[in-house]
Amino acid sequence: MKPWHAALLSLLLLAGCKRETRQARLDPAVAEAMDSVATLPIGINGRPPPVLLAMGEPYRSNAYQLSQGKRLYAWFNCQGCHTDGGGGSAPALMDGWWRYGPDAVSIFLSIRDGRPNGMPAFRERLTTEQIWQLTGYLQSLGATSSTAATPGRNDSMQTRPGENRVPSMSRLPSPHEGGP
Amino acid sequence: MSEALEQRDLRDTALDEVLLESRLARTWHTPPGWVGFFTTVDHKRIAVRYIVTAFAFLLLGGVLALLMRLQLSRPEAGLIGPDLYNQIFTVHGSTMMFLFAVPVMEAVGVLLVPLMLGTRNIAFPRLNAFSYWIYLAGGLVLWVAFVLDVGPDVGWFAYVPLSGPQYSAGKRADIWAQMITFTEIAALAIAVEIVVTVLKQRAPGMSLDRIPLFVWAMFVTSFVVILAMPAVVVASTALILDRLVGTHFFNPAEGGDALLWQHLFWFFGHPEVYIIFLPAVGMISSILPTFVRRPIFGYLPLVLALIGTGILAFGLWVHHMFTTGLPRVGESFFTASSMAIAVPSGVQIFCWLATIWLGRPVWRVPFLYILAFFFTFVLGGLTGVMVASVPLDTQVHDTYFVVAHFHYVLVGGAVFPLLAAVTYWFSKMTGRMMSERLGRWSVALLFIGFNFTFFPMHILGLQGMPRRIYTYQADLPWGGMNLFVSLCSLALAAGFLLFVWNALRSARAGEAAGDNPWGAATLEWATSSPPPPYNFTRIPVVRSANPLWDDGGALPVASGLSVNRRELLITTTAEARPEARETSPRDSAWPFWAAIATTIMLVCSIFTPWAVVWGSIPVAVTLVGWFWPRGTPEDDS
Amino acid sequence: MKRASRLLPLLLAGCSGWQSALDPRGPSAQDLHGLFWLFTITCTVIWLAVMLVLLAALLRRPPATKGAAEAAGRRSARVVGGAVAATVLVVAGLTFASYLATRAISSDQPEALVIRLRGYQWWWEVTYPHEQPDQTLLTANEIHIPTGRPVRIELAAADVIHSFWVPNLTGKQDMIPGRSNSLVFTAEKPGTYRAQCAEFCGLQHAHMALHVVAEPPEAFERWRTAQLAEAPAPEDAEEEEGRRVLESKACAACHTVRGTEAAGNLGPDLTHVASRRFIAAGMLPTTRGSLAAWVADPQSIKPGNNMPMVSLTADELQAVSAYLTRLR
Repeated sequence: MKPWHAALLSLLLLAGCKRETRQARLDPAVAEAMDSVATLPIGINGRPPPVLLAMGEPYRSNAYQLSQGKRLYAWFNCQGCHTDGGGGSAPALMDGWWRYGPDAVSIFLSIRDGRPNGMPAFRERLTTEQIWQLTGYLQSLGATSSTAATPGRNDSMQTRPGENRVPSMSRLPSPHEGGP
Repeated sequence: MSEALEQRDLRDTALDEVLLESRLARTWHTPPGWVGFFTTVDHKRIAVRYIVTAFAFLLLGGVLALLMRLQLSRPEAGLIGPDLYNQIFTVHGSTMMFLFAVPVMEAVGVLLVPLMLGTRNIAFPRLNAFSYWIYLAGGLVLWVAFVLDVGPDVGWFAYVPLSGPQYSAGKRADIWAQMITFTEIAALAIAVEIVVTVLKQRAPGMSLDRIPLFVWAMFVTSFVVILAMPAVVVASTALILDRLVGTHFFNPAEGGDALLWQHLFWFFGHPEVYIIFLPAVGMISSILPTFVRRPIFGYLPLVLALIGTGILAFGLWVHHMFTTGLPRVGESFFTASSMAIAVPSGVQIFCWLATIWLGRPVWRVPFLYILAFFFTFVLGGLTGVMVASVPLDTQVHDTYFVVAHFHYVLVGGAVFPLLAAVTYWFSKMTGRMMSERLGRWSVALLFIGFNFTFFPMHILGLQGMPRRIYTYQADLPWGGMNLFVSLCSLALAAGFLLFVWNALRSARAGEAAGDNPWGAATLEWATSSPPPPYNFTRIPVVRSANPLWDDGGALPVASGLSVNRRELLITTTAEARPEARETSPRDSAWPFWAAIATTIMLVCSIFTPWAVVWGSIPVAVTLVGWFWPRGTPEDDS
Repeated sequence: MKRASRLLPLLLAGCSGWQSALDPRGPSAQDLHGLFWLFTITCTVIWLAVMLVLLAALLRRPPATKGAAEAAGRRSARVVGGAVAATVLVVAGLTFASYLATRAISSDQPEALVIRLRGYQWWWEVTYPHEQPDQTLLTANEIHIPTGRPVRIELAAADVIHSFWVPNLTGKQDMIPGRSNSLVFTAEKPGTYRAQCAEFCGLQHAHMALHVVAEPPEAFERWRTAQLAEAPAPEDAEEEEGRRVLESKACAACHTVRGTEAAGNLGPDLTHVASRRFIAAGMLPTTRGSLAAWVADPQSIKPGNNMPMVSLTADELQAVSAYLTRLR
């Protein structure tokens, strides 16, 4: 085996580990640092907190964090407006169209600070870590392909294929064609 | 022309002993080195490899057990967190059940069944080689995953919904489910081989009532494997489908049922216990006569008890589910059937006791293991009667009482006989004897360590300690006894280490063994230690159940087999009258490549269902290679 | 001496059997306890008998002549036959005893007090249903029952399979999603009995306990009335501040404190949290210190549980713990 083979293999394996780690407790200092998003004056977008990049974006790629995000989605009644992601009284979350941009920071800001026309601010209802978990989950919901870390279906009535069966948006009309 | 024909169809009748041996050795020869390692289809080499691998997994599983004992030795110990602890106990249980107990029993069967039956190789020897590689791959998948912190953490029973898509993030549960598929393929392959070998390849004259009891036990076990394993393959496949494709087998909201999993799992899981236990009692029945110097007492009742246990094994899976709220009438039925299994077990115990009663004990190490077996297994069997009672089970189910019970049954009832068997048949694997002195020490350590480790767990369970907890609070009165148990587990571990050390040392430098070092009665002792690749120079003819005792050392032989190609004697099912000559396949690397292709397909199917489609192509290619005729004498037949 | 005095409470705890099947405190548990000893004694006798026969067989001199050996063989056959027949009888007898015990335990009790218990990862939701909705009581992690009256616990699970087991009172019963089970038992003597989840349910299976408090009927009614009341009002400025923090921070999103703005339904109801003996599903005895420790860092105490670490200042933490202690 050539050295670069070994390196590639160990890299793959490490990627596997990272995707599966279950970190229950976040250091309070890190949690605080994760809240420091440098926001543009218009409040739509911003620079992600450096600590998130340093941690390797666990909220997007780690199976446990994604499934925590999925739980929060149900627990905090996101369905109430967004339904199971297909959109109801609020925009769809799985069609690839994002009113404030598809990047993690805009989604994070939408949840944390709220948006005009009805999106409430969850700043005092969720911890920063939870908002990032939810953000990561929403990104996987609107992704064009699933990763091995994406959660599966829930043990409940099904309104759409499980997250790991995306892209499910092909089954949904885009907002320009008129929603349901 | 006629000379060439004669050359091609040379029979053993035409040759004297020395010439015959050299011709057979050439025909059944496996090339040395790595080529032979990957291509051999000799049942003995594969079985020894299987046994060594299984013992390696036993040691790994044992290390996990010690880690658990370390964590539980005091209340709220922070050594191992809940996430890692759950992985540890899951991998411990899965390793011991799927990677040690079942494979090692089947491997001993692969080693001994052809020898005891007086045939030259097991039926379907390439499938046998395939089985080993698949088993090894399954074990590696589980352990590599565990080392990378992706080990399954849902218990060896993987109850849904905890192991389902919603509550088990990531690939941990999928790895468990696919590990099941690997080990089940391996086990099913061996079961089929053993059934065919026992039915069609017995030495002439070995009618059904002259089959050694270990072979009977393996025969019944193989049927239990064939009937039970598909249930768990179905269950684990349904679990993977639920998790990967989004089916709803176990989703109550869409018409699935969480209890369905438990029924499927235990329909396999309870017979699994007998898959481990029946070979062990077969070992006892075959070893005991040698050490009391008389034939076994009650051959027919023992065979009937084996068959009865095999049938009853399928009627008691519900006793693992007594607390799930099933209808009372059904529960009472399963109480009755669970207790009824005490009857065939009782028959066996009584017959062995009568055998000892009528014989003259020889106090060698295998006999000491049998005595340890009596002490622990009878105790474990009786606590089994207790957990079979629905009302009692509601108190002890899922507590340390059950942990104690099944370790008594599995270690006392299966591992002690297995260690007796390894000590007893060691010469047939290596040509040498294990050290008697070290053997006595390890019996003592194992016996004392085991009982002091596991007996207190009965009391812990009755005091309310549930299973599968990673810690317990200091205000619960379990601390002292847990510390005691943890300390005693070190003695048990020392016993196992001593056994392994003894085996390793004796394999290289042990006293050389003759053909029949224990003075035993069955056919495996009629050939050299270790046996040649063709097992027997001439196929023995059997005229009693204890041929080497009753025939005074010189067995009559059957002749007429070809020596230029690998040939076996096929006999009739009941009377074992010679029926036909059948070829046995040559060495081949294709089983190895087929196992690699299957492994790739199964591992990738954890990530995408398309792996089943694309992965089946390489599997098909390797199977074509496997069966492709090569123009060898075997293909011509 | 000092060590002995430290060991004494441990030994006493061992005898008092705070969560033990060997210390029955109700008729069901007593029946089970009787059955347990019946089985244990029978099995011990059988085990001793087998071991004695084994010992005798090992020490015995085998018959010298062929005729004697054959006679011994015939005798053995009769003895083995007799032993098998005895096994059948014992097994049948034990099966019958077990059946009788099942019948005694699962007899129907129409006038039983109904309590609904729902298992969550890793805590218990308790409901006392009542015909009048406003008399229906919702609490968590502690069940109060009147002594001498049968109780029927209706068991359900919110996520994965759990199992309700209070060994001093009766055997366990699973809580399975999509299914409903129930368990009837009676407590005869007042006391606090510990119960624990008995089916593996994930990361914190080890810390999913519950306390069953059996008390005389009058005391039970008093407890019930007290629990139905809204949360007590804060009595000083610190507690007032604590309530404000609880209402304005993430606490209110998951927990309910009746009479305040906190109306979340994801975690245990906290209206009378300080009246309960333990917090965090039987993990810590309820004190102001343990409440503060739990709120400050739940993931260190019970890693993986669903309560997040909410960032509070030291003063806010003080205030919240003061207010929670007030919630009796």
